[in-house]
Amino acid sequence: MDFEWIKIPYALLSLFIVLNYGLLMTALVTKIGARAGRRYGIPIYQNYIDILKNMALRTSLTHGVMFYLGPVFRLSGGVGLLLFMPLIFGSEMFSNFSFAGDLMLVLYFIFFGMLGMALGAGESGSPHAAIGVSRGLSQVTTSELPLALAVFAVALQYQTLSITDIVAAQQHGWTSWTLFTNPLAVIAAMFSFLGSMMRPPFDIVLAPQEIPIGPPTEYHSSYLAAMQTNRMIFAVAKVVVYMNLFFGGASNWFELFIKVFLIYLFSAFVGVCFPRFRVEQSVRWFLVWAVPPGILAILLV
Amino acid sequence: MKKELEKRTVTGPDGQVFEVDPLKDYFCEATPTVQTGEYLQIVEDLFNWARSNSIWVLGFGTGCGAIEMRPLMTPRFDAYRYGVQWRATPRQSNLFIVSGYLSVKTLKRVVRAYEQMQSPKYVMGLGSCTINGGMYWDSYNTIKQLDDYLPVDLYVTGCMPRPEALLSGIEALKKIIREGRGEGANIYAERFEWYKANQKKVIQDWDMPDYNW
Repeated sequence: MDFEWIKIPYALLSLFIVLNYGLLMTALVTKIGARAGRRYGIPIYQNYIDILKNMALRTSLTHGVMFYLGPVFRLSGGVGLLLFMPLIFGSEMFSNFSFAGDLMLVLYFIFFGMLGMALGAGESGSPHAAIGVSRGLSQVTTSELPLALAVFAVALQYQTLSITDIVAAQQHGWTSWTLFTNPLAVIAAMFSFLGSMMRPPFDIVLAPQEIPIGPPTEYHSSYLAAMQTNRMIFAVAKVVVYMNLFFGGASNWFELFIKVFLIYLFSAFVGVCFPRFRVEQSVRWFLVWAVPPGILAILLV
Repeated sequence: MKKELEKRTVTGPDGQVFEVDPLKDYFCEATPTVQTGEYLQIVEDLFNWARSNSIWVLGFGTGCGAIEMRPLMTPRFDAYRYGVQWRATPRQSNLFIVSGYLSVKTLKRVVRAYEQMQSPKYVMGLGSCTINGGMYWDSYNTIKQLDDYLPVDLYVTGCMPRPEALLSGIEALKKIIREGRGEGANIYAERFEWYKANQKKVIQDWDMPDYNW
């Protein structure tokens, strides 16, 4: 595929739209969660104020080079994930830098931020951060396993590693979505999705009720603002991966907003219904319930 | 001074001998400096508005008043809708609610946690204990006046203040921040010697550096 310079401003525009959408959508989902708990919930614009406030803090301190780079890695994980896959199918403007073979890259980017974060949190020297990293990495590793199986099943099914081709193959009405052509892979992937969305029952790593708040224990001011920005982008980017692979992609922004919101709402829905797992429980849960459908999906394809 | 905080020589795994001074190696001893807004007034006003609408409370229940903070998080009062959140770590918080009586033992931890918060940071004293010792006015192990040890932005009176009073205190604090008067961190830096002298007067086993951010 030829590279054109005009793609860079287009990609930045899509990043801007996704960031704002992520800020508003995560606030809305928090509000829905609060309503489930009979609270009123945060204002819809609260995320903007929190980020602005964190950037406005006057002091900040560092624990070393890796501490700086932790949020940068995290942010590049989210932004990279977004930029290397097609957002809007068939759109010249918003297909970003998606080339053939990009599925592997996307899988790598999903994990990349977590690893960078682990290094940065390790540098901070807080024991709470170290505990959070060990918990987080063990949970993410097991929750990525069913996703990897599901992605391989899908790649085998469509005989391609290009996300654009996978989306193209699902454009013959909603019955051609992977959701209906390969339901086992989608089940495995949706179980994995719960694990990576930091909501109950799998939110032990960042749960606000835990005494150690996890890897970001030492992060503050603009470092934290960078990580909050990433959380908004990453949430949408990851859902867009799911939408592209399993739910037929989106051919316009409106479709994208609706689909992303509904897929994201799935994790929030499970989150408000269930209490929290301990890490060893969640690891066992993934291995027992999420991995077998993934293996079956590969075998049946 | 605790034994583990004293200077010692350690032999590393490769046979190298080096000296460890925990107070110097593990803590920063640089004293705080006054930090004013570096930007245009209009930007600083915007920042103050953001600071006032995003108050992150340090989840450190120092006294019996902490029990009044729980209803604030739950459906009846729901402080989240006013932009108030609870954080588990001092690094991310900017409001320290000293909730009631403060024993000397806790004061030590409070000073340490307060110094780890990033400026601008605010302190709210809850209940009569923080104002004049309250029912512990002749106690040997609680402090009488919080203002002697930390720069207090606002007191909420009562014993204990009801959650409504606490919410109204937070609203008053927001007004203070918006007007640019929430500069407790700078007052702490300006009068550092005085605060440290007061703290050391009551904390007998002072085994931390003077400033440990």
